Amino acid sequence: MPIEGPRGSPADDLADALAATPAVAGTADRSPAENHFRRNVFLTWAALFALLAGLCYGLHLDFAYVAQKLPFLLGLKLAPDGFIQGAALTIFVTACSMFFALLVALLTALGRLSRNPVAFAVATFYASLFRGTPLLVQVLIIYLALPQIGIVLGALSSGLIALSLNYGAYLAETIRSGVMAVPAGQREAARALALPRWVIAWKVIAPQALRLIIPPAGALFVSMLKDSSLVSLLGLWELNFLAQSYARASYHYMEMLITAALIYWALSIGFELVQFRLERRFGKGVATWGRH
Amino acid sequence: MPGGQPLLTVSRLNKWYGPLHVLRDVSLDVAAHERVAVCGPSGSGKSTLLRCLNGLEPHQSGRVIIDGTELAGAASALRLARREVGMVFQSFNLFPHMTALENCTLAPIWVRRMAPAEAEALALDYLARVHLSAHSHKYPSQLSGGEQQRVAIARALCMTPKIMLFDEPTSALDPEMIREVLDIIVDLADSGMTMICVTHEMSFARRVADRIVFMDRGEIVEQGTPDQMFDSPRSDRLRTFLRAGR
Repeated sequence: MPIEGPRGSPADDLADALAATPAVAGTADRSPAENHFRRNVFLTWAALFALLAGLCYGLHLDFAYVAQKLPFLLGLKLAPDGFIQGAALTIFVTACSMFFALLVALLTALGRLSRNPVAFAVATFYASLFRGTPLLVQVLIIYLALPQIGIVLGALSSGLIALSLNYGAYLAETIRSGVMAVPAGQREAARALALPRWVIAWKVIAPQALRLIIPPAGALFVSMLKDSSLVSLLGLWELNFLAQSYARASYHYMEMLITAALIYWALSIGFELVQFRLERRFGKGVATWGRH
Repeated sequence: MPGGQPLLTVSRLNKWYGPLHVLRDVSLDVAAHERVAVCGPSGSGKSTLLRCLNGLEPHQSGRVIIDGTELAGAASALRLARREVGMVFQSFNLFPHMTALENCTLAPIWVRRMAPAEAEALALDYLARVHLSAHSHKYPSQLSGGEQQRVAIARALCMTPKIMLFDEPTSALDPEMIREVLDIIVDLADSGMTMICVTHEMSFARRVADRIVFMDRGEIVEQGTPDQMFDSPRSDRLRTFLRAGR
């Protein structure tokens, strides 16, 4: 294993993430059985990856075309109108939606935990409405239906609003359940120490709740990354939109869609690595379940 | 003790959980340096009484006055009173994401506004008193139950409280760990700390307490010195309780 200080290198993170063992101790003291397991996980992954690559190669795809369009798909080149496009736009849309979804979710979770009936009702009503209707329909209502009553939003803002509101509703539940799962004794012990409310929330409850919130929230954000492809319907030149238009123009569907899929996959893995690092950071002091 | 006033006064305290009357007209005075053990069968209201003394449970009528501060509605009065009252729980309730040392320095830093270095020195001093100097950088999950409870005692002591409340501090421990925790509490009692301890350890209560309070069905049935309570109980309920405990 490469060693790069106590926090480990990205490659080590990947191995950890694959083997799903957030090792508290770091890389130094792993048992031979653990090393054996990790090596075989790594080898199996490599073999499956080679198989997939071979399969793609065997399709006799037009790799020159892929190479020609790749910079556009990745967003290394700006769109004709000077705006970002491709994967860069996908990341931009996802990052903005993540930020706004988090804000909305925090407010909604507070409402869900509130004793105020109006706050509680508003929060549950919103969560039910946006969890109970398809994201695609929400996107279309915001972009296509609202102009009918005089509210005209741009494609980008419509996409951001729909993704933020939809994912905010799910994320709110994740946050609420994480906060609720912190044992009551923790709050009591903190109150008995005369700690002010904000210190209890920030120093005692939040770090423990975050440990529980990060894995499901990470899964939601990965899923949001992929659902951001829905905004291609609004004509935004993001990854899926570009792949489809290039494919349609040259009838290279296989090339373009597989490339887009691989780029989404790579981005998801990047998200998961970030999530894994956060998990390890907030897993301090918690005995983890390893394999035996 | 100025004017011979008790450090803690509880007068005619009543508490209900819905229709259930869990504390009935409980009155209790505790003087400075006094050591009170509260005994009684489960469900007698002794833990509830203890939790009313620092406002973890609200009461419906009656008064609780700690060192001149009445626990009433205002959150500021409650926090002021809690600064002087340390509490040790049956299930330790250490903060799992903090080391033993961090558990101990949190309240001195954020409530007493101590400088971190000063708080650490204080915490190390108290961790030494509970014989855990070597474990100060461990997380609770790396400590045994007895060790965790001793950290919890040190954490409460770091606020230099005037009263310590113990809520069945050994009930969640394995037999071999009970002793190490009780020894610490005895040390604390010998140092003159005012304490109220809810306990099932009758021999411990007899050895340490100046006064034993016996509760049953939400009321104080009888109280007195350990000798008086154990050797010549006056009420039938205490006699039955002591006989069952033998």
